[in-house]
This record gives sequence, structure tokens and C-alpha cells, in this order.
Amino acid sequence: MISLIVNKRRVDLDVDPSTPLLWVLRDNLGLNGTKYGCGMAQCGACTVHVDGQAVRSCVAPVSRAAGREITTIEGLSPDLSHPLQRAWIEVDVPQCGYCQSGQIMSAAVLLKEKPKPTDEDIDQALTGNICRCGTYPRIRRAVHRAAELAAEGGRP
Amino acid sequence: MTVIVNHSEMGQGVFTALPMILAEELDADWTKVRFEPAPVDPVYNHPVFGMQMTGGSTSTWSSFDQFRKAGAAARAMLVAAAAQRWKVDPAACRTENGTVVHAPSNRRLSYGQLAEEAARLTPPSPVALKDPKDFKLIGRPVKRLDTPEKTNGKGVFGIDVTGPGMLTAVVARSPVFGGRVKSVDAERAKAVPGVRKVVQVPSGVAVVADGFWPARRGREALRIEWDEGPMADFSTARQRQQYAEQARQPGLVARKEGDPLSALGSAAKKVEAVYEVPYLSHAMMEPLNCAVDLRADGCEIWTGTQFQTMDRATAAEVAGLKPEQVQIHTTLLGGGFGRRATPTSDFVREAVHVAKAAGAPVKVIWTREDDMHGGYYRPAYYHALAGGVDASGNLLAWSHRIVGQSILAGTPFEQAMVKNGIDDTAVEGASDLPYAIPNLSVEYHPMKVGVPVLWWRSVGHSHTAFATECFLDELAAAGGKDPFELRRALLAKAPRHKGVLELAAEKAGWGKPLPAGRARGIAVHASFESYTAQVAEVSVDGAGKVRVHRVVCAIDCGRYVNPGIIEAQTQGGAIFGLTAALYGELTFDQGRVQQSNFHDYPMLRINETPDIEVHIVQNDEKSGGVGEPGVPCTAPAVVNAIFAATGKRVRRLPIRMSEAG
Repeated sequence: MISLIVNKRRVDLDVDPSTPLLWVLRDNLGLNGTKYGCGMAQCGACTVHVDGQAVRSCVAPVSRAAGREITTIEGLSPDLSHPLQRAWIEVDVPQCGYCQSGQIMSAAVLLKEKPKPTDEDIDQALTGNICRCGTYPRIRRAVHRAAELAAEGGRP
Repeated sequence: MTVIVNHSEMGQGVFTALPMILAEELDADWTKVRFEPAPVDPVYNHPVFGMQMTGGSTSTWSSFDQFRKAGAAARAMLVAAAAQRWKVDPAACRTENGTVVHAPSNRRLSYGQLAEEAARLTPPSPVALKDPKDFKLIGRPVKRLDTPEKTNGKGVFGIDVTGPGMLTAVVARSPVFGGRVKSVDAERAKAVPGVRKVVQVPSGVAVVADGFWPARRGREALRIEWDEGPMADFSTARQRQQYAEQARQPGLVARKEGDPLSALGSAAKKVEAVYEVPYLSHAMMEPLNCAVDLRADGCEIWTGTQFQTMDRATAAEVAGLKPEQVQIHTTLLGGGFGRRATPTSDFVREAVHVAKAAGAPVKVIWTREDDMHGGYYRPAYYHALAGGVDASGNLLAWSHRIVGQSILAGTPFEQAMVKNGIDDTAVEGASDLPYAIPNLSVEYHPMKVGVPVLWWRSVGHSHTAFATECFLDELAAAGGKDPFELRRALLAKAPRHKGVLELAAEKAGWGKPLPAGRARGIAVHASFESYTAQVAEVSVDGAGKVRVHRVVCAIDCGRYVNPGIIEAQTQGGAIFGLTAALYGELTFDQGRVQQSNFHDYPMLRINETPDIEVHIVQNDEKSGGVGEPGVPCTAPAVVNAIFAATGKRVRRLPIRMSEAG
């Protein structure tokens, strides 16, 4: 049995401890917002937070997440109220949308650490997240916008 | 109000653009408009192509009139229903924001209150359309309707589909195209906890399990001996040699004007060059997948597809059912770029086979490596060009030979779309070269190779624009002309090309000084009935590392619906083109693709992304495409800028400064 705290809820699972966290989230917990893109920490589509840090869940064995706080895109906010989600909607960032959970989760850690990020900070924090549609110019704009929204609203 | 959209949403914004068109004519309340993907039915066929599909940068313009008329007809019926109920003249009623209003009596009814009655009326014919000057939605950067579900993880892509009892499968496929299973030992695979079944299908061996991870572990445990077939010794090195040899022979004539051969002979300066591009993978972020629930009397399929009609027919054939017994639920597509529009329906066909053999509902997931090794690539092409200028630098002759696989050969489209052996998708953008050159020939050598190939965002234009626009730059240099001015002069009778060329040059500050080490390159190209030009600003460091600082794009797609989406698509197209220019390459050795994932088939990342400006031409011309036209100009604009910065020509993609001459 492995115990996880996922989006503030404790879950107990009987799974092979070497299973990547990504597939436990998707196949065992039905949290499909976290995506599979490469399986080798190259694309960032699977990014989640483990104890507040951005982690590529496709290469993190579930055993390593035992007892830790995991946040997925579904746990970022219940109602699209997170400044990044508001900014993403305002700037109309997504195209196909597949990579966006990972982009937002990476950006969320950035904003916690640097509430007013520069373009360079954004590039550095999001360089591990590939977007094949090429939404990068709008991602940059939206992260800056989210920083403004967070400053106004006191989050994240 | 829910708009059923007959094209698949793969990022191009069709779930917003088509509802906008309908809502415009309907005077709907935009805040209440929702979308829903269409089921498979002839009524949802593509108005131009006659089958249900998404591709060719046609989704919005091809459905423009249809959705306008549908909205206007529905509006007239709602008005008629209200007038009947109120016993007034319909002409005395108007509509606004989802309601019918009878001003004289100050009465109003919402569309919802009228829908049932209105639906019983006969749609008017012909139907009166709005004057475009009264448009409130069309032409404005209306926000996409699908953004919320793409920012909270709720949007359902094919890979997210689950259902009662649905198992997950991964398939071991031949490492060489055309190979077949000789023998399989599945004992160890079956012993992996969570693996339910191992079944053989025509494309390989499927491991069916409780989830992806056990399925993948099971596949690793398979022992398969392959009969690799005739492609076992295929290599890129040999293919390049073979294509070069073929290019020495005359090909099928795609276009001929004047007498290029003798004009080349009499030219003051003659330039010859070879341009080459490799096989490319679409590399959508969501790898291929397909979920199938097959029963004796029917089959349900969930997948992100661009080719519903063909997929349904294929699924029916494999399942032994009638097409009407097969339902396809089109999910969101995590990128398409052409890969999910497969004439063979490869990923759907295989999934139905797996479900049939497994006797259970099953979702087949391709790993990234499977997707990259799975074929249906943008073909590799070899372009041999020769051109001649007179003593004043005027272009006299242009000769262009293209060698490479036909995408359409062997598909159901071959008969209708390949004319005299010429597959337009191999020569488009070259055979319709817009420049006024008195002696010109374009020839094509279709090559038969056992590598499955397919349309890849911008199709033929993805390589012809590179070859033609870089070679034109070579001729400009040979004739001592400015690359922008030469194009401008040669496009005197091509006003839309000239318009975007001038717009991009102006916005980019063509001719104005740049910081030391930076230089500009320009390219112009028409594709999918739209016109684009791009100016790239580039520097190359001492180690040969190319940095693209800025790309200025101009697009003329005629009358348009949503400029916000056009900006996004054009930026995305430039980034797609930049990825191909800087990194994209699949190579073969011993029949095997040598790249496998994003570490050796890299994508452009945010830190490498230049500033990309998009300028949209406003006019009333017929609408053209938007999804693909952003791609073709980027590679030649960058390569031409590299020449301006370094004096070196790059003639093979991806760009390697070590090879530049």
C-alpha cells in the first residue's frame, strides 16, 4: 500500500511502487488533466507539484511521492480562479491545449518563487515544457499577466 | 445554444470560428454559445471534399457560407415563430442577443422559448444574409470557447477516454517498415502483473493490460523475431545518393514556359544548387491513440481524428460491420498537423484489430517512440535548381527538378488528384512559382520507397518554399540585386504576393541598420489560397549556433473571421517552421529510424523562441487558409538571413553551419 496526498486528499493505493506517478494519477485516480508526452522528462506535459516543486511525473516512481503533497492541474483551483488560469483565458493561450496543464503547473512554481518574473525567468522556468502548436509568445504574455493579477488579488 | 461543429478541433480554433459565423447571422447571445463535435454523418461532410474531415487549412473558409446560411435561416425561423405567436408581421420583428423583439408592442421572447416552434417551420430559401458591415463578431478577436477546458485539465483528448471495463494496449510493431512477426514468445509478458492478454494483430503484437504501465512493461518482456522484409537495409545515405542520380534525368513536366535550357546557356551568369530536406515526424504532443468498444452489432470508437469518414469505413471493414454500425466520437486532438488524417486509417484500423482479438473494450496508446517510428512522415525531397541572369541581373531562366515520394500514390485519392503522374502535393509552391521569369521549367520524379509518407503541416509548401525562396536569393546575389527589391520587381503582376512582401519588409524595417552581427532575410509564398511573407532577423555565433531574434510575418488570407486566432496560428506556424529549420530530421540506417524521442528529435523551446509579430492584411478577397500558411516562409527567411549575416548558403535542412558553403 502506498499513501499519497493528491489535491489535499489522502489516497491509499495498491500499485507496483515503480509505476510512474503519471500513470497512477491517470489510470488509478482518473486525474487525466496531467498528460503523457514523452515518458522521459523531455517535454513537461506531465508536470505536477510534489511538495510545491515542479516534477515530471512520467519519470517519478510513485514510491517517491509516498506521503508527499501532490497537486495536479485539477487541484490548482476548483473554479479557474488561479491567476494563471485567468491570465491563460484572458490572453487566449491554448491552441490544441494538450501541453497546457504542464505549462501552467511549471509557471505556478515560478510565480511562487518569483512573483514578478522577467522574460528570462519565464524562459528558464518553462524551457522544459514543449508546445508543438507554438503558443510560447502568448505563454510569455500570460505569465506576466498572471503576475499582475496575483499582485492585485493576493494569490498565489 | 450549442453549435455542432463538423471539423475537428486540433488547435486551429474551429470550435470558436464556426460558432462565431453562425452566431453572427443568428444574432445569438455569444456568452451562451457552446460547441459540440459532430458525430459521423454525411450531413457533416466537408463542403469541398465531400467526406467528413479536417485538413488543408480549409475548416473556416469552406464552411463560411454554410454556417452563415444556417444561422440566418434559423434566425428567420425564430422570427417567424415569434410573429406567429404574437400574430404580428414578421417584418415588424427584429432580433438581438438571442431574443426576438416586437418593438411596437414591446414584447420579447428568448430563442430558447421559441426553438421548439421554430424547428417545426420550413427553413426559408433563399435566405437573407447580413451586410458584412453590420458584423459584430466576424472580424473581431473573439476569445476562444475552448480555453477554459484547456486550462483546468477537463478537456477530453483521445488518450483520456475511459469506459467500463476498458483495458489499455500497447503494440509491438516491426522495427522496419513492411516487416512481419515471424515468431513471438509472450510467456514473460503474460507474467507481468496487470497484463491480461497478448494478442497478435496484422501490425504486430498487442499487450493488453489494466493500464498503460503494465502494458508497456509487458511489451518490454515480449520476445519477437521479425521478418524485416525488403526495407531491412534501407538507409538515408543511400537514398540521398539515389535521389541525386535521379535528378540528373529529366522528370515529368509540371510546368514549362519558354526554353529554359537555351536561356541558361546564354545567361551572363548561371547558378546551380541542390536543396535537400529530410523525413519529418509530425510529433503532435498527444501521441496517437484510439479507444474501441466492439460488440457483435456495433462498434464505438473514441479518438482524435481528422478523417472520420475513412476511419469509419475502415473500422467497419475490420469489424465486419456496416459503416452505419460504427460510431466515432471525435475527441479533442492534441495536435494533428496531418498525422491524424491517414488514408489508411492506420491507428484506427489497428485499434479495431486489437479490440477484436482481445474481446474487450480497449484503448491503444502509442508511446512517443512508437509515434516517431510509426511512419507517415513528411517525405524527404531533393531539389536540383539552375538559374540564369543577364548582365544587369535580370532573371532569364529557372529550372527546377524535384525528386521524392508522392504522398497520394497508392491512396484512394490518387486517381482523382494525381494528374499525368504528377502529385501536386510534391510540386505545389514550385510549379506555381509567382515570379515573372520568361523561361521556366519544373519537373518531378516520383520515387517509390517503402516508407509511409503523409501530409505534414503545409505539405509540399514545407519544402518547395525553402528551395525556391532560397534559390531566388542566390540569383539575387548573383545579379547584384537586393533580395526584397528583386522579388518586388518580379511580382509586379502578383499583387497579393507583392502586398504581403512589402508589408513584412516595411514592418521589419528592411534596409534599416541592425545591431552588429545581425542580418535580415526575407521570403514570400502563397499556400492554401493565402499569401504570406516573413522577415527573419538572425545572428550566428563563432561556434555556428544560429539564433533567430525576430520574425515579422505578414498574411493575406482575404476576408477573415477571427484575427486573434490568425495571429496565434501564424506565430505557431513560424515556430513549427523554425523547428524544422533548426532541428527536424529523421534518418534511417539498416531500415530503422534513428531518432526516437524529443532528446534526439528536438522541438523549439520557449527560450529559443524569437519575437514573432503578425500583420494581417485587410481586404475583401476570397478567404484562404490560416492553419498552414505560417509555416513555409520561416525556413527560407532564416536561411536567407544567415547568408546576409555570414555570406554562407545553407542548402540542406536542418541548418548545420558546418555544411554551409
